[in-house]
Amino acid sequence: MSALTISFALLFYGATALLIGGLAYRILLYARTPAPLRIPTTPAPLGTPGVAWRMTREVVFFESLFKSNKWTWVFGWMFHLALLLVLLRHLRYFTEPVWAVVVLLQPLGLYAAFAMLAGLGGLWVRRFAVARVRYVSSPSDHLMLALLVLIAATGLAMKYVVHTDIVAVKAFMLGLVYVDWQPLPADPLLLAHLALVALLMAVFPVSKLLHAPGVFFSPTRNQVDDARERRHVAAWAAALEK
Amino acid sequence: MAATTFEVPPLREYPVIPILQEDAMAKSRPYVASAPIQHALGFPGELVDGWHDKAIARMGELTAKYRSLKVYLDACVHCGACSDKCHYFLGTGDPKNMPVARQDLMRKVYRRHFTFAGKYFPALVGAEDLTREVLDDWYVYFNQCSECRRCSVFCPYGIDTAEITMAAREIMDSIGMGQKYSNEIIGKVHRIGNNLGLPGPALEDTLAGLEEDVKDDTGADVRFPLDDKGAEVLLVTPSADFFAEPHVDSLIGYAKVFHAAGIRWTMSSHASEAGNFGMFIGNYEQMRAIAMRVREAALELGAKRIVVGECGHAWRVAYSFWNTLIGPFDFLDSRYPVPQHICEVTHDLIQRGALAFDREANDHRVITFHDSCNVARASRMGRIPGGQFTIPRAIIRAVANHFHDMAPETIREQTFCCGGGGGLLTDELIDLRVKGALPRVEALKAVVDEHGVNFMATICAICKAQFSKVLPYYGFDMSMVGGVHQLVSTAIRLSPHG
Repeated sequence: MSALTISFALLFYGATALLIGGLAYRILLYARTPAPLRIPTTPAPLGTPGVAWRMTREVVFFESLFKSNKWTWVFGWMFHLALLLVLLRHLRYFTEPVWAVVVLLQPLGLYAAFAMLAGLGGLWVRRFAVARVRYVSSPSDHLMLALLVLIAATGLAMKYVVHTDIVAVKAFMLGLVYVDWQPLPADPLLLAHLALVALLMAVFPVSKLLHAPGVFFSPTRNQVDDARERRHVAAWAAALEK
Repeated sequence: MAATTFEVPPLREYPVIPILQEDAMAKSRPYVASAPIQHALGFPGELVDGWHDKAIARMGELTAKYRSLKVYLDACVHCGACSDKCHYFLGTGDPKNMPVARQDLMRKVYRRHFTFAGKYFPALVGAEDLTREVLDDWYVYFNQCSECRRCSVFCPYGIDTAEITMAAREIMDSIGMGQKYSNEIIGKVHRIGNNLGLPGPALEDTLAGLEEDVKDDTGADVRFPLDDKGAEVLLVTPSADFFAEPHVDSLIGYAKVFHAAGIRWTMSSHASEAGNFGMFIGNYEQMRAIAMRVREAALELGAKRIVVGECGHAWRVAYSFWNTLIGPFDFLDSRYPVPQHICEVTHDLIQRGALAFDREANDHRVITFHDSCNVARASRMGRIPGGQFTIPRAIIRAVANHFHDMAPETIREQTFCCGGGGGLLTDELIDLRVKGALPRVEALKAVVDEHGVNFMATICAICKAQFSKVLPYYGFDMSMVGGVHQLVSTAIRLSPHG
């Protein structure tokens, strides 16, 4: 077993632990923090099914962003949808036999990589071209885009420019899953791609990527408009009633 | 009108997003609350020693108490969706009035102290220490937010700047940097019973005067009862309704509705104020204490229903928070929602055919309706979502013949704040208030030009006061603004001794 294989195996275990542990911690923190007052942005649904539908529209179609700014919506939605397809396509490297749905999505996943780059490009251009967005952009906003662009670019380069031994890569990944380590090909593009992905996984729970779990805990979106019908006294607020 | 020391923005036919003008509003700041005002609310009288550590500690407490604050400080991705949605930004061009930039004033400090990235890589994520300069920025720009929630409608994560502004004001209060206007008013509510500081006997006189005026006008014995034990309805209304123009005309409207419907009602000298500035300063305890007067008054008077007059943020607190803060209301008549908005009462009576109108009496008016921000985006009326938009409009159409809505992107949940909400309705902020009204006034001008609109109805005491003051700066008459129940009052048919 080469030092390279061992380092990348450990890197991925570490990154996965940070991603899952970090997100679980954050989600637990959000879930445990009380929401002492009803603050849905109205008009809001009057029941749970309505809220589920509101959240679905928000998470699947980015409804509020659509209302706000069509350019940001086009690029943002294109990027996220493409990322989803690309991730689903990548499941082929972690499953044997490959799931039928992943096989079906395979051709779409290839186009999606380009759509992903186009979406990221559009979002990045906005950070420079729109003075208001430029004003609020911090270095990490640019770096996050750079990271995602590099991940997509290295992936595409492996597909279309310098091929890697994809069968060996799959063996390595399955080896990680089943803790039966297999050698990782030492192609620079592959190593760069994997290292960048590991970095993305590691920073996820400590960065603005927290918008992903955050949206599900947003009281203005996930609360039912039932303030007149139900009391919502938080534990710390109940202490005031004594 | 005093000499204007600032430039009133021109009204444009096709509004455009302004070019950034850094620090354009850096000098706009409300007076700081004096020590006696602060002490009356249990806050320190001046900036305390060790304010930095105390502010950070308070921030930590608040993020543990409010999920909204915690999630919203984490979730922003700087996408810019909100950046052109705030009326104060649209009116001033100051980039720190973009909701995201306003939030970042707190977020950068939060990141510095409460996040891994901000602790170890501050420059990378824009994390900063809470310096005296940053604290001053807080005071300036968290007092340029009217907590109207328009940004939250457009945010892909629903981030509500109002939640962050409230937390910032709460933190500043806790270290002795309170805002005079809001905190002085809260003191008056506790001491005297209402925001305007109108004592019980004066209130009694005022109401007796109104009874005479209405008798002279209509010949009907419309009553304005105070502390009438055993009345069915307790009406709680903003104290501006008692004597400010045009507010009082709506109070007369409520009285006529109750009179015509034969409902025995009363106001309370103990709870002679619907407004609740505790919300503006983000202080749960203050908000609860102010609201509690209403529960006490209802119990003492033996009322069976609580009805709230025309007031935007008051209705938010009443609708969204009362049940939680001062409920349960099991001592009231369960056939009616608690609390009930006066527009719900009037609308129900109209639906049941219990009121009759001479709509022609309003024919001299061509009317539009300004959705007040807190009613629109933080409450409801009636049984279906959006009732807060349809019910007031249905009332207007029932009592008047000429009604035209303003442009769709400026009404309903996308409505613009009047520019004076959230504790900013104070003279030293007139520059901000005039500029903040720009988006609304531009939409108003469009219907004035197209349809000859000469009356903008609204259901908020702050909107009424703010527009009366700022419309003249834009060349409109202050009497253009008024209440929905002012229109009801004009058209309602009264029996002389009902």
